[in-house]
Amino acid sequence: MHPAPSLIVFSTLSGLGFGLLAMMGLGVGDTDGWAGLLRFALGFALAGGGLLSSTLHLGHPERALLAFTQWRTSWLSREAWAAVGALALSGLYAALTLAGTRIAPLGWLAALACFGTVASTAMIYAQLRTVPRWHHWSVPVLFLAYAATGGLVLSGAWAPALLMLGLTGLGQFAAWRGADARVARDPSTVGTATGLGGRGAVRPFENPHTGPNYLTREMAFRVARRHGLRLRSLALVFGFVAPALLLVLPGPAVVIVPLATLVHIGGVMLQRWLFFAEAEHVMALYYGP
Amino acid sequence: MTALPERTDRKLGLVIDLDTCVGCHACVIACKGWNTENYGAPLADADPYGASPEGAFLNRVHSYEVRPAGGDAAQIFHFPKSCLHCEDAPCVTVCPTGASYKRGEDGIVLVNEDACIGCGLCAWACPYGAREMDPAEKVMKKCTLCVDRIYNEHLPQEDRVPACVRTCPAGARHFGDLGDPDSAVSRLVVERGGIDLMPEQGTRPVNKYLPPRPRDEIDVLAPFLDPVDEAPGGFLGWLDRTLERMG
Repeated sequence: MHPAPSLIVFSTLSGLGFGLLAMMGLGVGDTDGWAGLLRFALGFALAGGGLLSSTLHLGHPERALLAFTQWRTSWLSREAWAAVGALALSGLYAALTLAGTRIAPLGWLAALACFGTVASTAMIYAQLRTVPRWHHWSVPVLFLAYAATGGLVLSGAWAPALLMLGLTGLGQFAAWRGADARVARDPSTVGTATGLGGRGAVRPFENPHTGPNYLTREMAFRVARRHGLRLRSLALVFGFVAPALLLVLPGPAVVIVPLATLVHIGGVMLQRWLFFAEAEHVMALYYGP
Repeated sequence: MTALPERTDRKLGLVIDLDTCVGCHACVIACKGWNTENYGAPLADADPYGASPEGAFLNRVHSYEVRPAGGDAAQIFHFPKSCLHCEDAPCVTVCPTGASYKRGEDGIVLVNEDACIGCGLCAWACPYGAREMDPAEKVMKKCTLCVDRIYNEHLPQEDRVPACVRTCPAGARHFGDLGDPDSAVSRLVVERGGIDLMPEQGTRPVNKYLPPRPRDEIDVLAPFLDPVDEAPGGFLGWLDRTLERMG
């Protein structure tokens, strides 16, 4: 799949922002005073900025309000509702908390909405049977784990942050292995795609068009495969190992936390790039194995 | 509404004969022509006269080589591909705006372009590559089964079929109600063992493909067509021997 920059930025930043807002809702780290104000502001900026970035992906962003109508069937529509709900609940909770009257259950509800938004984003991908690498429960679990990890790092909650860095890193490693095996087992081939598989070995003889088109550009992206292992290693190092090392280093939190967060964001962006670039769409079978 | 209808009164669709298709691409051009001038936004091209022309098409023809096991000669098959108007259309349910829908009366899957935000998720959900974003209008384009021809009372009866079917010079494309077991297309599918593309995707396509027939048996005539005469006789034999002697 084509790794569109707007989608990578959106899912990375909004995941981190909603993760941070969820942690604030759960009362992890400072929620009041200047530190609280800064964290709430950062959470809203990341989540809101990510959502705005996602509209760059649209051909007609001016019609985006229509995306609230089909929540009965569409995960993209559910994501829109969850995002608005999460931002509204978190906004109310932040205002009350900063005013000195923190209502814990409201925070929990806001956290639930934040995680719900991240899960909806993940389900947009995980629902697609056409992309075997994505069509699995581990996708929403990992998206949630990434959001929680980023939120904990930004909250400056050292011990849980270290624990989640370790768990999410291991989970990502296992998910990559599992996805590779799943893709290798996938029953769809150019033979089933054309119905000619029973007659012998099928291969494209001539494509329908001489140049690229929307389909090949959007769904037959093949650049990353060659460097997959190296890029995955880098994603693990930047996403998890380096932030964990930074967190255990002695030093003032004002330096360590932003530094660890930036390195973590770099790793997550690399992971998200791979998430798209490595994903094989069955439609690409029409253009060759 | 992007919920799929529980059942459709009819299942209009195409039956494509892979045995007959000659790969002329006339259906591609007829489709582009009709759908550029009629339903919805015109099918745009980007850089049509430049170095890298491309554009939106609702129907494309691939060609495949099949090498049989056992070393027999490879065969070429031409393979037209457009929307299969699936009964469990995944492109419909993922749509966040309701732009993508399947009609209850005839099962045609359509896009209401005024409500399309151009997110592209329906194209991702389709296993067949049947949907393409228009490069100019930035809305999703797909086969309408020529909904503006098949019910069009201003057209003569013989033209009330999809443009691709009307134009096919080989008779490789058939249009009809696949929900009616007595329709000509349904009988054709039964007779020829019509198949679904990628049945493992669970989309239950309405369109069917007729597999190529077995190759013609030519063994009866083969001995008479032997191209090399190992031991010629008569005049040719004399000529052969004479030329040998000339060294």
